[in-house]
Order: sequence, then structure tokens, then C-alpha cells
Amino acid sequence: MGGWALRRQAAHVGERRPDPAFFLLFGKSMTWNLLVIQALNGLQYGVLLFLLAAGLTLVLGVMNFVNLAHGSLYMLGAYIAAAVFARSNSFILAGLAAVLGTLLIGAIIERTTLRTFYARGHLDQVLATFGLILFFNEAVRIIWGQSPVYMAAPDAFSGTIDLLGSSYPSYRVLVIVVGLMMGGGLYLLIHHTRVGMLIRAGATNAQMVSVLGVDIQFLNTLLFGLGAAMAGLSGMMAAPIFAVQPGMGDNVLIAIIVVIVIGGIGSVRGAFYGALIVGVVDTVGRIYLPLLLRQVAERTIADAAGPALASMLIYLFMAVVLAVRPQGLFPARR
Amino acid sequence: MRHMLRLLGFAVGIAFVVSATAQQPIKIGFVASLSSSLGALGQDMHDAFMLVVERNKGRLGGVPVQILVEDDQLKPEVATQIIDKLIDKEKVPIITGITGSNIMMAIHKKVVDKGVFLIGSNAGPSPIVGAQCSPYYFHSATENGQRAEAVGKYAADKGYRRVYAMAPNFQAGTDTVAGFKRYYKHPLIEEVYTPLNQLDFQAELAQLSAAKPDAVYIFYPGSFGVQFVRQWRQAGLSGKIPLLSTSTVDGINLPALQDSAIGVGDGSFWGPEFENPASRQFVAEFEKKHKRIPSQYAAAAYDSALLLDSAIAKVKGNVADKKAFMAALKAADFRSVRGTFKFNHNNFPIQDFYLLEVAKDSRGRYTLKTGPKTMPAAQDAYHTQCPMK
Repeated sequence: MGGWALRRQAAHVGERRPDPAFFLLFGKSMTWNLLVIQALNGLQYGVLLFLLAAGLTLVLGVMNFVNLAHGSLYMLGAYIAAAVFARSNSFILAGLAAVLGTLLIGAIIERTTLRTFYARGHLDQVLATFGLILFFNEAVRIIWGQSPVYMAAPDAFSGTIDLLGSSYPSYRVLVIVVGLMMGGGLYLLIHHTRVGMLIRAGATNAQMVSVLGVDIQFLNTLLFGLGAAMAGLSGMMAAPIFAVQPGMGDNVLIAIIVVIVIGGIGSVRGAFYGALIVGVVDTVGRIYLPLLLRQVAERTIADAAGPALASMLIYLFMAVVLAVRPQGLFPARR
Repeated sequence: MRHMLRLLGFAVGIAFVVSATAQQPIKIGFVASLSSSLGALGQDMHDAFMLVVERNKGRLGGVPVQILVEDDQLKPEVATQIIDKLIDKEKVPIITGITGSNIMMAIHKKVVDKGVFLIGSNAGPSPIVGAQCSPYYFHSATENGQRAEAVGKYAADKGYRRVYAMAPNFQAGTDTVAGFKRYYKHPLIEEVYTPLNQLDFQAELAQLSAAKPDAVYIFYPGSFGVQFVRQWRQAGLSGKIPLLSTSTVDGINLPALQDSAIGVGDGSFWGPEFENPASRQFVAEFEKKHKRIPSQYAAAAYDSALLLDSAIAKVKGNVADKKAFMAALKAADFRSVRGTFKFNHNNFPIQDFYLLEVAKDSRGRYTLKTGPKTMPAAQDAYHTQCPMK
């Protein structure tokens, strides 16, 4: 590899290291393989974000309803999965319970509470769903306590696989596969089924759809339940990686909203690409920005500024998108 | 929950006011982060403190007490409001608890300047240990960096040459890594500080694994610990690289970690398998009541209640005599769960530190086994900056 000669030459020339881009690719702890691994980590994070963002963007785009409690459904999915897993020791059963459970809970809160807020302003919806967050956080605290609960990865996916010379957690691969399958399934559902057609029609003109004799209320419940089930699924997928604890949904909410804004509100395709972009930008930026900064600034300054800058990265990206393309990068086709 | 706890505390208080006839109860403000990401720590502190109060039938030092339980939600602005209310409205002479260092920094001066006794049982940020020490402040845990010193010493003794450190990017994170470096003299090959809201460490673990360290030192308290250690295990690193930690694996998160944490090292002043009568009694009673193994946070809060119990008894309930109460607290005349306990001139304990290791106990539960005593009778690094004698 040509890089070798160049690097050795640079080492002879003096204390100043070669330019950042070069070092990024050929530096000691930064190899191509590692970059690919990190991109894969970004993809995996993006897929997890997509599972969450898809449900939220559907509810927001199609029903024009702001549901801050989406993170709570993610939390409930994780708790239900952990509880079922603890009793049955079956990952599949835990997954089914999480999906069906959150679908049911989603449908119930839609029927009992949220329905009355459709006609109201967004601020009222924010208040009501914020109340739901508090309610669900307290509810799980009363039922399961404040301490995190346990949920293991299934035995078949608790090890690592060999990837480009380094070991990669096999559960992360499962997350990627499930997420991509979910994305594909959702595409088929929305574009190639009757329900999907009605959802798209409802998004364009809800009144017209209901005049044509479609039960729009039922459609709303179904849609909300679908969004909730996807949140539940991602909560269940996240449970073996993260700590299952009260308020775990609050942290992810901000990242999901960034995804939706970047992708375009109401667009599942946008949520998909937006999530992948945010996942990769955040992960790769977080790792490589501080290392890059070290090449151009003092180590102490770089170490202080690097992580701060890296955590701003996705928000900066969102700001740029909002300025240049306020409708998002992949807006819903209307 | 917060309201329920407050109500409960109130009810306990009322019950004892009624039964104690003439004697006015001493009001004690118990402030901790009962919700938020450190909520489990605050809960353990609360449960352990109340264990002593309930065992003594609502009395400390033979005098009825009314415990006013408050949740600061790990938000400094909430904490300062609580403190105002406790001091100005409730007129409490004693405040105890305090889970987060950010909370301690926000309220410490406010409390001690008013001549109210503050008995900290967890957060020990370096400024209040040194230059800002106060005769009204007593501490039943450790200075933030001290547990890390014990681990640094262990790493140095073990002869690890290439150590990689990771911690969340906030005061306690940088304090602990600084503590680690105080006794571990080799330069660390990398120090990584992750944002406080970061949940996924897979990317950092890939970098870490590529750097091939001899050992890794981490500080990830509460639920952070669950996430880190589990992902560490999933990345296939456990058993390959020794993982040393402080405040990362304990009674709070071991039930959520189980097998993932086996073999992880932890530096602390106390572990649940300590062989002294006070510790055995504490662990047995705590487990009986709460069905879980207590953490070091619980241990320090339990000791703070015993400390108050001993000091209030010494002054026969007259905590208004501040000089006498100060001397009574300073005497630390109680049987600590860590065996020996005495206050340094800055009112922080002089105590032993150990390296503990995660293992299964006789009943098959995951716990911390007591390992080597790495720092006997240790004083904190900042005590010389404290002008008190």
C-alpha cells in the first residue's frame, strides 16, 4: 500500500504529522476496516432510530397529531418484552408480546384520550401527550421499581461474528436485519395494500375519505396502533442493549424528532433515509471528529471541543436542512 | 411516587408526633434524586436511611424525628427551591442525602451559610472537600475521585502498562479519571468522555478494542453501567480485557446485568459481603425489607442515619446547641458498616478502600466479593486545602 511509504517518510521528516485526511485513512488506530465497522455501527443505530421514527412520522404526517408519548410506547415495549422474557425465556414470545401489547395500549390511549385532541391545536396535543409521558413513567416505576430490569439477547445472538478481522456483536446484526425487514414490510403495506392506500388517502384529504364511506376513526386507531407497535418493537430490540428503566423513552425522543425533520414529516421513506443519515453522521462523527481535531489543534483543546462538536453534529445538520429544504430531504409524495 | 414518599414520611412523622405526646419531633430534610437517571441511587439512599428510622420506631438518638423526603430530580434549580422551602418554611436544623454532584455544588453554600447541618451521603465534589469545607458539613461516603484512586493503585500494582479510560462527560466523570491517575502514573493510552445522554457505546468499544489495551478503567454509574457492561459483553470483550470500574456495578444494576458483569472489578469503601456485625445486620435487614442487595449508596446513607442517631443521642435531642451537636457528629460514635470510620479535619471520613469483584454469592445471586484492600486508612487528596483544624 502506497500509504506505508508516505507515512514512514512523514515520520522521518519531523514531529508534524501528515494532513488530517491522510491520517484518517492510514493512521495508527484508524484503518479502513475500522471505518467500515464504524459505518456499520452507524447503520445499526440508524435502523433503531428508523423503527421509532417511522411510527411517529406516520402519526404526525397522516393524522397531523403531535405524539410526544411515542417514547413511552418504546419504553413499554421494552418492559413488556423483559417481563415476558423473564417468565418464558423465549425471545420470540417476548417480541410478540411487546408488539401486540403496545399495539393494544396504543389503540386504547387513542380511543380513550387522544381522539378528543384531534380537533385542538398542536399545543394542546403536546400538553396531553406530555402528561401521558409522566403517567407512563410513574406507572412503570410503581410496577417495576426505579432500578433497571434485565433482558438478555437470545442465546443464538449473544456472541460475536468475525467481520473484517474484528469481532462484531451478532445481536447488532440481528437489529439491522429486523430493521431492514420492517422497513421493507412497511413499504409494501403502504404502497401495495388497500389499508396502505386508505392511509395515503387519509393523509391527503381525511374528510373526503370519510365521505366516501371509510371509517376514518377506525383508520386512525389502526394507524396509531401500528405506530405504537413499531415503537414497541424497537423498544424490545433495544432492551438487551440499553438499560430498561423508567424514562428510557425520553432520551430517544429528541433524536427521533431530528430524524423526522431531516427526512420530511409524514414520509416513511424520509424517516428511513433520515434515520440512516443521522445514525451514520452521529456515530462516525463522534468517533472521528475528535481524532481529526487532534491533528489541527492542541490535544487538550481537541479533547474538550471534539465531543462537544460531535454531539452538535446532527443538530447542525438539521439546521442546514431546515434552511435549505424546509420540507425535508425526502418529503412525502402528495 | 415522590408525593407518595412525602406523604408516607409525613404520615410516619404525624404518627410519632401523636404517640410521643409532648416532645416536638426534630425535622430532618432528606433530599435525593429519586427520579432521573440517578433515580435508583436516590431510591437506595432513601430506603437505607429510612431503614434506621423505622427500626428505631421513628426516632433517632431516642428523639422522635420527622423526615421530610424531597426529590430534586437531579435538577439544581429544583434542589435550590427545595432547600429554600426546607430552611425558611419548615425550619429544619438538619438536611441529609444529596445524590448528584451538580446538586451538591448548587446547595452546599446555601445550607451551611445559614448554620443548617448538612450530612452528605453520596456526592463528594472536590471543592467542598477542600477549600470550601465547612464545620456544618459532614460526609458519610467519599470524595468523588477517591474510589478511583483505589482502582488506579490496583492497576499500578498489577503492572498494567496500557490503560484505556472512559467516563461520561461531566464533573464526576472527569473527577474520577483524575482520581485514577493520581496513583496510576503511566500516561493513559486514551481518555474518552462520552456525552451524558449517550446510550450506545458500540462505536467507542470498536475503537477501544482496536487499541488493544492491557486494562480498561470506566466510571458509568447507575443505568449507564447496565448499558456499558452489557455492550462490553456483547462485543466479546469480557474475559479478554480486564475491566476495572468505580460506581458501575453494584446492587442497583447487577440484577439487570447478571452474567454480563462477572469478573468486573470495582473500587469502593464497602461491599455487601463485608464481614462485620454492623454490615451483616444492615445487609440482612435491607434484603428482608426490599428484596435486593444494597449498594454502596445505601451503605453510606445507612451510616449517615447511624451517625445522626449517635450525635442526637449525645446532645439529648438539643440540636439547637450547634457547638455541642457539631462535636457530637465529629465524634462519629457509631458502628459503621465499613468497620472503622472516623472523620478527618475536613469532616470527610478516613477509611479503607478495597477492590471488589463481581461474582455469584452462595444463593446464586450476583454480588460484589470483597477483594484486596488497596488503600488502608486513606485520606482524600484535597483535605490539605481545607483550612479547618
